Amino acid sequence: MRLEYFQLIDRIVDLDLAQQTIQTEARVPTASTIFEGHFPGYPLMPGVLLIEAMAQTSGWLVIAVTKFSRMPFFAALKEAKLRSFVSPGQSLSLSAKLLHEGSGYAVTKADIRCDGKLTCNAEITFRLVEFPNPEFRANMEKMAAILEFPMGTLAHG
Amino acid sequence: MPSTFDTVANIISETCDIPRDTIKAESHAINDLGIDSLDFLDIAFAIDKAFGIKMPLEQWTQEVNDGKATTEQYFQLNNLCTRIDELVAAKGA
Repeated sequence: MRLEYFQLIDRIVDLDLAQQTIQTEARVPTASTIFEGHFPGYPLMPGVLLIEAMAQTSGWLVIAVTKFSRMPFFAALKEAKLRSFVSPGQSLSLSAKLLHEGSGYAVTKADIRCDGKLTCNAEITFRLVEFPNPEFRANMEKMAAILEFPMGTLAHG
Repeated sequence: MPSTFDTVANIISETCDIPRDTIKAESHAINDLGIDSLDFLDIAFAIDKAFGIKMPLEQWTQEVNDGKATTEQYFQLNNLCTRIDELVAAKGA
């Protein structure tokens, strides 16, 4: 994770276009100014950032399913549950499944596990729009490379 | 088996907390019922699921934006239900 750049996941571990699922991983940094305020003497990964991590995981799945033709923007969150605390230094396993790809929107179900234990989960809705400009798309492709997004699978999916 | 309109009206009522008896066949989802685009995503998801279809919302929106169609053609409920019936029929064809 690079919290200062709002990069909430480190790597795409698996992308299955047939099953419409994705798995990613992330490690919560051991130090961040965020933990100075959340909370002094008792640092916790903010729940809103765990939700963003699920949204980013889901977003890459949607980008894959739509073959990099649409950009998913976070639109709605349902049934979000933050089941246990996440501390600095913990490793997260994230997964998402596409529930529905509609016209101009998509809905996913996502969760995070720590040491195999379900830590949080939610249903997330995205608006799908064309990439706003070529630079935006280029930046997403650059991020895809950093996250080891398997571009090759899009051609065969 | 409920009619297409009854199914759609029930979805709108439950999704947007609008009293069921205020939802009429001639109601316009946006102008009369005040449904915004985000709530309409929830409605679209429920309709797509209920009927096993994919409403072409992007195409409809584009047609409205280009002046090739009016919002009434797609978002007045009786017209919306006709579109849904057409999509269901096309799926089974």
